[in-house]
Amino acid sequence: MDWLNALIQGILLGGIYALFAIGLSMSFGIMRLVNIAHGDLIVLAAYVALVVSQGTGLDPISSLVVVVPVMFALGYAVQRGLLNLTLSGGLLPPLLVTFGISIIIQNGLQEVFGAYTHRLQEGAIETASLRLPGGISIGVYPLLVFGVAVAAIASLQVLFYRTRLGRAFRAASDDADTAELMGIDNRNLYALALGIAMIFTAIAGVLFAIRTNFDPSAGPIRLILAFEAVIIGGLGSMWGTLIGGMVLGIAQALGSALNPNWQILAGHLAFLVILIVRPSGLFPRTKD
Amino acid sequence: MTLLQTHNLAAFYGDFQALFDINVEVAEGETVAIIGANGAGKTTFLRAVAGALATAPETVIFDGEPIGHKAAHEIVRLGIAMVPEGRRLFPSLSVEENLLLGTHSERSGPWTLKRVYELFPRLQELRHLPAPALSGGQQQMTAVGRALMSNPRLLLCDELSLGLAPVVIRDIYRCLTAIAADGMTVVLVEQDINRALDASAHFYCFQEGRLALSAPTKNFDRAAITAAYFGL
Repeated sequence: MDWLNALIQGILLGGIYALFAIGLSMSFGIMRLVNIAHGDLIVLAAYVALVVSQGTGLDPISSLVVVVPVMFALGYAVQRGLLNLTLSGGLLPPLLVTFGISIIIQNGLQEVFGAYTHRLQEGAIETASLRLPGGISIGVYPLLVFGVAVAAIASLQVLFYRTRLGRAFRAASDDADTAELMGIDNRNLYALALGIAMIFTAIAGVLFAIRTNFDPSAGPIRLILAFEAVIIGGLGSMWGTLIGGMVLGIAQALGSALNPNWQILAGHLAFLVILIVRPSGLFPRTKD
Repeated sequence: MTLLQTHNLAAFYGDFQALFDINVEVAEGETVAIIGANGAGKTTFLRAVAGALATAPETVIFDGEPIGHKAAHEIVRLGIAMVPEGRRLFPSLSVEENLLLGTHSERSGPWTLKRVYELFPRLQELRHLPAPALSGGQQQMTAVGRALMSNPRLLLCDELSLGLAPVVIRDIYRCLTAIAADGMTVVLVEQDINRALDASAHFYCFQEGRLALSAPTKNFDRAAITAAYFGL
């Protein structure tokens, strides 16, 4: 039963990894922008939630009412004012600029909040669990996070395939110059894309910070997990990203069931194995 | 009435000058052909008019307004639509989604999905297929339909015949002639001189980025065109 339990924990853990990955997947899918600061933006969202909940007395999940618009506005402004300027010069300039943003966020957070670890407190839901027959127990909170991840990806699918804005995103991703000839203002479109990506980043940041301690240097490991989920799932496929997150989560949970020290290592090993066996991921959509 | 006018239009790719002092005038409702050999600057001219290449403001006048400095997405909103060379459909979108992209110019007018499907009935049957699944001719129809969906006042067509079978080219030009007869102003770029001259009332022949010859098409001496075309 331990193994079955570990498997279920792993699948649910995949939910948070998929949430980490959504923003990264969107900015790469639409703008071919590799956002090195993505992990730090997740952590930044957690700090914004910390400030909001301390300032207003809202619980962390309710604080999303403020955190989500703040992060959307930040994403829109950063893309419009900075990242758009880097997109015409190949892959390297955005990489360097987002690397710089990453350093600025980490040091800025350190300056303001210090190097202490924090955690967001959501109350009883954090430890509640469902007991199923056969000795299986499922944490209510991980189940909630997994549900949010599924809902997030489903809503993105609706956005991409059922709306006018989504059609513009897909067209610009295919051929930005021709999209411009059709009347799409790519600079505004890209700013909206990063804004929307940051909505999911905000949700990921808050849900992660309720479960895990965070400090100003917690970003890069989230970035790596997000990258791994995207690559395992296959570039450009949102449901693939969820599967990628689940593969990582399962590998980590099984690894830690063998030996608690192997949790993180097992996830990375699973990633390397998939990179060797299927370099384009499990469900690739983007061809280039 | 003159709809499009260029005044000493010059265009550059970096330091390389691709167009020199081009003066072209297109009257409303007229079909104008631009002919010339490979590298004469025909596509560059269309790209400059459509805003894909930046030029000096006063060098391109559309409906009395200088537009040379405007971005491509602004120009299509003013009513200039482009059927790009090589069709440039969006490969991950279905045929119908490609057509709907034309509505992003946010111009209203007679062209709707229904009207495009009346013009190209085959596209209605294929509307849910991804664009790359279509034959070359069907893709070209989709590209023309997509441009029409933006309800343009001026339609720029770049090498409609490129890579298509003669029978397919004839069909597409028949549709284009019908659209023009309905009052659309059209600028055609073609390497196939006879095809271009048959469809147009006036032509401009480019040679190495400069205007070599310009005249009404009717009864014009083809030997003189050949001379201008090759720079003899």
